[in-house]
Amino acid sequence: MKSGRTILGAFAGGIALAVAFGVASAGEMAPGDIKIEDNMVAMSVSGADGNAEEGAAAFKNRGLGNCLACHVNSAMSKELFQGNIGPSLDGVAERYKPEELRAIVVNSKAVFGDETVMPGFYSLDVGKHVREDLVGKTILTSQQVEDIVAYLTTLK
Amino acid sequence: MKRTVIAAAMALGALAMSAGWANADPVDDELEIDGVKMITRAKAPEGHPFDEVYSGWLFREADTRAMEADSIENPAMTAVDDGEAMWNKVEGTAGKSCASCHGNASESMKDVGAHFPKWDASTNKPINVELQINKCRTEQMGAEALPFDKGGQQELTTYIKYQSLGTPVSIDLSQGEMQKWWDQGKELYYTRTGQLNLSCASCHEVGMGKMIRADHLSQGQVNGFPLYRLKSGLTSVHNRFRGCIRDTRAEMPKAFSDELMALEVYVTWRGTGLSVETPAVRH
Ligand code: HEC
Ligand code: HEC
Ligand code: HEC
Repeated sequence: MKSGRTILGAFAGGIALAVAFGVASAGEMAPGDIKIEDNMVAMSVSGADGNAEEGAAAFKNRGLGNCLACHVNSAMSKELFQGNIGPSLDGVAERYKPEELRAIVVNSKAVFGDETVMPGFYSLDVGKHVREDLVGKTILTSQQVEDIVAYLTTLK
Repeated sequence: MKRTVIAAAMALGALAMSAGWANADPVDDELEIDGVKMITRAKAPEGHPFDEVYSGWLFREADTRAMEADSIENPAMTAVDDGEAMWNKVEGTAGKSCASCHGNASESMKDVGAHFPKWDASTNKPINVELQINKCRTEQMGAEALPFDKGGQQELTTYIKYQSLGTPVSIDLSQGEMQKWWDQGKELYYTRTGQLNLSCASCHEVGMGKMIRADHLSQGQVNGFPLYRLKSGLTSVHNRFRGCIRDTRAEMPKAFSDELMALEVYVTWRGTGLSVETPAVRH
């Protein structure tokens, strides 16, 4: 009985350890720790691969990426009302490497300059008087960024 | 026939948008309300970022434009009537109505609304029509100030502004410290707010003429306020400002706060020369 407990305890400890390591090795990067060099972010910001299908959903969701507010994407022609404040994203994967697309989504200002209208989706470099419940929060989670980047790489 | 044309135009519009060749320009159309020609394009005042200023009417769909052009179709004309009833209603301890002192509004208030905000020496701040109504209510009538957007504030403001229908907007920046408030308003206009990190200029200057989702971005002019929004009814200037700020995911300044008064001074100046269109119709 006693040894059983120990074994169980050790097992549980092992899981906890694995989870902790899981996070550490997965290595989600905090927005402030991301280095944008040569207009690229080399590594996944969530530590995991992106899922293009999830990415497509976050891309069009008005509460998440809402990318169609400013961009046309012919691959989503069923979605009415596509904006044109930014350029069309048709064929964007042919113009940019995945590392560059990641940099654009993470913090467009670091790529296009401070004047750009495009928001930084995983950046705390935000405007004044941010709504109270959003202070310290990014528009997208690191995984949503990876998912959207994965989706963008399909736009050829 | 008219219906078909509109439907066809809308279908074309949807096509234009989905194909990504949305119209970048305001339409080439003229607005006449009850025989009065509106100035919907005017040469911008000196120091303005645009060469020409445009009424928001030029950016709306054909059916919305038609609704504003026909005062029988304009849903906000009932607000003008309600405002007139308030003008004549006795309220407060002095037993007076607006009309007791100002008589017939079509004479006493003619063109008055086109020149607000003005300088108010007694509070040492700019004053807009809403606050002028409250000033007269509290100081002249012994009545309570009307709370923001309530108690007929919008209707009475609409009625007063309607007496300037067609008159070009101009404000006097040489009064008191108006210039200082203009400076502050300009600063705010270019300040990025909220999690989305956008300023008024991001959408209404850089983005003017472009589509943001289904919306054709105008210059964000205030010459038609209070106006009727097909989505949400009668809408005041400060309500619209607050809505645009909210959309950047920022905290909204209070109505009639120094921030929004400064913004009203500056944004009104940005529309110098455009006719007052109150009550305009927008989507
Ligand atoms: C408020 C408008 C706005 C939103 C919302 C927006 N963008 Fe952008 N985007 C722009 C603008 C403007 C540019 C052009 C960059 C510049 O020169 O300022 C741009 C450029 C880009 C580019 C480079 C395109 C090229 O061909 O050069 C990519 C990729 C991009 N955006 C992706 C996205 C994605 C993905 C989203 C949603 C997560 C998004 N954008 C949301 C405004 C926006
Ligand atoms: C007892 C008389 C009196 C009553 C009643 C009164 N006012 Fe006034 N009103 C004035 C005086 C005096 C001024 C000018 C001084 C000032 O700005 O307060 C004025 C100014 C104004 C102005 C600015 C005119 C301009 O040329 O700038 C407006 C608008 C106005 N009143 C609207 C109203 C409305 C609306 C009501 C009813 C809610 C009302 N007033 C009731 C006396 C009155
Ligand atoms: C994210 C984009 C965005 C930002 C930022 C923004 N607006 Fe707007 N605004 C809109 C849209 C969309 C409309 C409705 C379509 C139009 O008239 O442009 C609108 C409409 C308006 C109108 C009504 C125009 C009319 O003719 O009916 C005014 C006034 C206005 N905005 C002022 C402002 C001010 C002042 C700011 C800054 C505090 C601001 N907006 C910031 C998107 C924006």
